[in-house]
Amino acid sequence: MSQLLHASLDQQQQNQQQSGQYDQICTRSSSSSIPATEAAEPAPCPGQRGRSPRRKWQVFPGRNRFYCDGRIMMARQTGVFYLTLVLILLTCGLFFTFDCPFLASNLTPAIPVVGGVLFVFVMGMLFRASFSDPGVLPRATPDEAADLGRQIDSLGCSRPPPRTREVLINGQTVKLKYCFTCKIFRPPRASHCSLCDNCVERFDHHCPWVGNCVGRRNYRFFYLFIVSLSLLTLFIFAFVITHIFSSAGSNRTGFLSALKDSPVVVCFFSVWSIVGLSGFHTYLISSNQTTNEDIKGSWSTKRSKDNYNPYSYGNILTNCCAALCGPLPPRSVRSTIRTKVRSDVKHTSEDPDSDVQSAPCAPEVSARGTTRFGY
Amino acid sequence: MRTTFHNLQELRRSASLVTKVFIQRDYSEGTVCRFQTKFPPELDSRIERALLDQTVKTLNSYYVEAEKIGGQSYLEGCLACATAYIIFLCMETRYEKVLRKISSYIQEQNEKIYAPRGLLLTDPIERGMRVVSFTHLLPLSLSVQG
Repeated sequence: MSQLLHASLDQQQQNQQQSGQYDQICTRSSSSSIPATEAAEPAPCPGQRGRSPRRKWQVFPGRNRFYCDGRIMMARQTGVFYLTLVLILLTCGLFFTFDCPFLASNLTPAIPVVGGVLFVFVMGMLFRASFSDPGVLPRATPDEAADLGRQIDSLGCSRPPPRTREVLINGQTVKLKYCFTCKIFRPPRASHCSLCDNCVERFDHHCPWVGNCVGRRNYRFFYLFIVSLSLLTLFIFAFVITHIFSSAGSNRTGFLSALKDSPVVVCFFSVWSIVGLSGFHTYLISSNQTTNEDIKGSWSTKRSKDNYNPYSYGNILTNCCAALCGPLPPRSVRSTIRTKVRSDVKHTSEDPDSDVQSAPCAPEVSARGTTRFGY
Repeated sequence: MRTTFHNLQELRRSASLVTKVFIQRDYSEGTVCRFQTKFPPELDSRIERALLDQTVKTLNSYYVEAEKIGGQSYLEGCLACATAYIIFLCMETRYEKVLRKISSYIQEQNEKIYAPRGLLLTDPIERGMRVVSFTHLLPLSLSVQG
């Protein structure tokens, strides 16, 4: 009996190695295979070692940056995001400083008020789009990856093993691809972002201006950001032009004058791209498509006459409402759930990821006494 | 070697050597969160089909409720947009409220049904809503030698 047990355990190891053919392609060693106590990233507080609580974001395998104790999640390259911020702040700052006093006194004080409201909304949406988790799918634990490997092996003896699964959604066949990095079959509409090294649900695109991926959880913020920015740009452009023509008689030469008029230049060049982008995304929302699908022509009738978008509700208004007012799902990489590294507990299976997880059923209550599922 | 492998695989399945069993998502109705109701053969000896079926169906109905697009979600969305989403700092979204219900349901199911049978049901949110996983509480080595 014990011989059979040993043989079976050996076989389990061999099977894990066999399913490891899916692991071999992964170029980046997933830190889910590294116990939390030995994670490559150093613990932020030198005092926290061994049994001290480690947050999930601290052992997150993707190429993301976390701030404010995991509440803020951004891509690694954020240079262009700071450029966006500087452009908006500078243009609005110049507008409010040099143009608004004239406009408020000569036209109506509502102009700076409306401008202020638009500005606050734009900044709010930018921060929300940049700092939110776009809908990152957590990578498979070793157990899950092994289970998937077993399922695929049991389907047939074809080599190489099938890397796609077909699913029928609303009468349309959709292929689910296997992600070698995350070791999962990607859900429909999900895609792997090579910059962030994550699979993102309802992946739209990676936006360097926003410094993050645009996906299921932050698409509405991104859309509202570009729409409100279009309005703000047009607003500033219109009123600075008004100011220039209203004070046409006065001396408007010199560096200071050029600086005061620079919002016009910035707005003129950006209005075409921003308004154009807003129009494009309005079209995407109304047809319930992602940028990724549109670029690939996934639902284009050019592919085949029977091709149609299975996710569309058939009605422009419903599509828009679903995209903008639909329920906001929680983030999967949660930060406020405290997790404990249980180095004293022995595991029969290789699942170091369970070291960074709380009680499997109910989430542990954080130190603040409340449990939040995400932002 | 290959014949031995297949025999051992079958033996493993019947002896329940795997310590975790996963129920994958069912994408036949689109991207809505829904889990397959197909009964995993590894749990055949551990739990009655009807009980597991009931659990998965209840979970599916909770997720349908969370992701329902209707009057309430539109109102919540419009209100949130009008307040530049600041309102979510004070208020919980409907999705989060339903997730709490799901957590307490799973805890109750674990206490009443699964723990007595040596199983532990993991909340799908822990796995990014990809799978519902069952962990065998008693490691095989103990159950075989005991």
